[in-house]
Amino acid sequence: MRYLPKSPAERRQMLTEIGAASIDSLFEVIPAEYRLNRDLDVPRQQAESEIVDYFRAAADKNATGYASFLGAGAYRHYRPVIIDSLVQRGEFLTSYTPYQAEITQGTLQAIFEFQTMIAELTGMDLANASMYDGSTGAAEAVMMAVRVTGRHKAVVASTVHPEYREVLSTYAKHQGLPSTLVPCDRETGRIDLRALEAEVTNETAAVLVQSPNFFGVIEDIPAIAAIAHAKGSLLIVSIAEAVSLGVVRPPVEADIVSMEAQSFGVALSYGGPFCGVIATKEQYVRQMPGRLVGQTVDGNGYRGFVLTLATREQHIRREKATSNICTNQALVALMATIFLTVYGKEGIRELAEHNLAKADYAAKTLGSQPGAKLLFNAAPHFHEFVLQTDETPATWSQRLMDEKIVGGIDLSRWYPELKNATLWCVTEVITRENIDTAAKVLAAAPVEA
Amino acid sequence: MPYPPNYRYTREHEWIDLDGAIGTIGITDYAQSSLGDIVYVDVPKVGDAVTANATFGSVESVKAVSDLYSPVSGAVTAINEELKTAPDKINEAPHTTWIIKVELSNPAELDVLLDAAAYEAFISEETSG
Repeated sequence: MRYLPKSPAERRQMLTEIGAASIDSLFEVIPAEYRLNRDLDVPRQQAESEIVDYFRAAADKNATGYASFLGAGAYRHYRPVIIDSLVQRGEFLTSYTPYQAEITQGTLQAIFEFQTMIAELTGMDLANASMYDGSTGAAEAVMMAVRVTGRHKAVVASTVHPEYREVLSTYAKHQGLPSTLVPCDRETGRIDLRALEAEVTNETAAVLVQSPNFFGVIEDIPAIAAIAHAKGSLLIVSIAEAVSLGVVRPPVEADIVSMEAQSFGVALSYGGPFCGVIATKEQYVRQMPGRLVGQTVDGNGYRGFVLTLATREQHIRREKATSNICTNQALVALMATIFLTVYGKEGIRELAEHNLAKADYAAKTLGSQPGAKLLFNAAPHFHEFVLQTDETPATWSQRLMDEKIVGGIDLSRWYPELKNATLWCVTEVITRENIDTAAKVLAAAPVEA
Repeated sequence: MPYPPNYRYTREHEWIDLDGAIGTIGITDYAQSSLGDIVYVDVPKVGDAVTANATFGSVESVKAVSDLYSPVSGAVTAINEELKTAPDKINEAPHTTWIIKVELSNPAELDVLLDAAAYEAFISEETSG
């Protein structure tokens, strides 16, 4: 591809064509004080070899070789190399949105398989072709519940990912959608069911919870569903850690499941792109945002795939569309599809069990160090847990860094009432040695004189 | 297909058939033939309020979703349950396949609606324009 600017002769020709004497006269309508009177201050051009050197030097600044206990909605799992080999094929990497079914069967079939696997995993009837991420997916799920119920209030658990709740507030602010927050039980870390019951009314469109929740605790979905449904509200279950579905019972009582599928083979890449999902029951399909690929037969009776129910998408129904999402995360969803295909039903279960076992070992080991205790430990967890320490996280995290370990994330930025509490995540890429080293460092608090 | 002379029509292509205080509402032959095969009808619940010239539901064909506009204001007294499983009845018999029934709160709203002759003139203008 050529990125060469126009030649002086071409510029002159264009100016002559439109009747401008010079570039300056072309921009005369802009007041002089707002015009730049010098060349842009950009570095000189570089040779390819210099550019390669530049990026190698920048890459060397990356913190490599660290073990990380960070999770909180962005999870480090092993990514089979076949994922990148396949998604980098030009047929997938450069293909445009599949409006034209006759030339996009490969893309459409991949999306159809993604939807099928997500529906099976979440226990819903169907799933869409993907959303931008778990946070916008959760907000869109609430908007969907508003359309289904004709009600305009949401009840949200305080243990839904704080950033998901921020995204929901942004959506809700302009939609006239008040939402109330329900706290969690101090012992279990689960949503306080009595407080929930008090908040849900005949005006509630949706109850939004997350499971495993932000503290890694698995919520009692059947109990929450009973409270929501008793008042005619829909139940939305947000899942930030998709791998949990390998061992955690799917939230079949939910009306809408909003999930972040990043854990299925999507690299963390400094925060994105991620891959959201909305799955629901068939009766709500017409209010579901985003697109849906369906299976059909062509004129000769052969199996084929097409975009279906597209009449409610924004490119056709404009301002009356169910959502302003006009596309899907096709390539990222493809990564998830390949990941799920490689692992398979048994593999996902084994992977989840592996995470569960390591996290359990880490919680017991770290939680039994002097000056440390586990919070919200009275209910089952998946692979995250909250550790409270006598020392401030800032103190021990530096000691951990010296051992090339990134410790849990400080929760006080979102939950100021949780003092010296950190959220730890343990996936299959963490070794037992990492956990034991972290425990030693935590135990090695400097003795006060 | 003839337009029943006892019905009144909107410029959004709905018809209303008045029987006492109850108006029965559907869409015209012109509307169904422009939409094509109808696959889904989204309707309000019995008891919901509808307002003249405001949307009360939508009708989905294989190529588009179109809003349904109420000819009158009032409360919904019945919905045509048959359309849940057989929305294509609207294509087959648009002027006898009703969508909702409404108890009128302001019968004077009927006065601004078109009669069959005026509606036919209106659609012939729309088709030629």
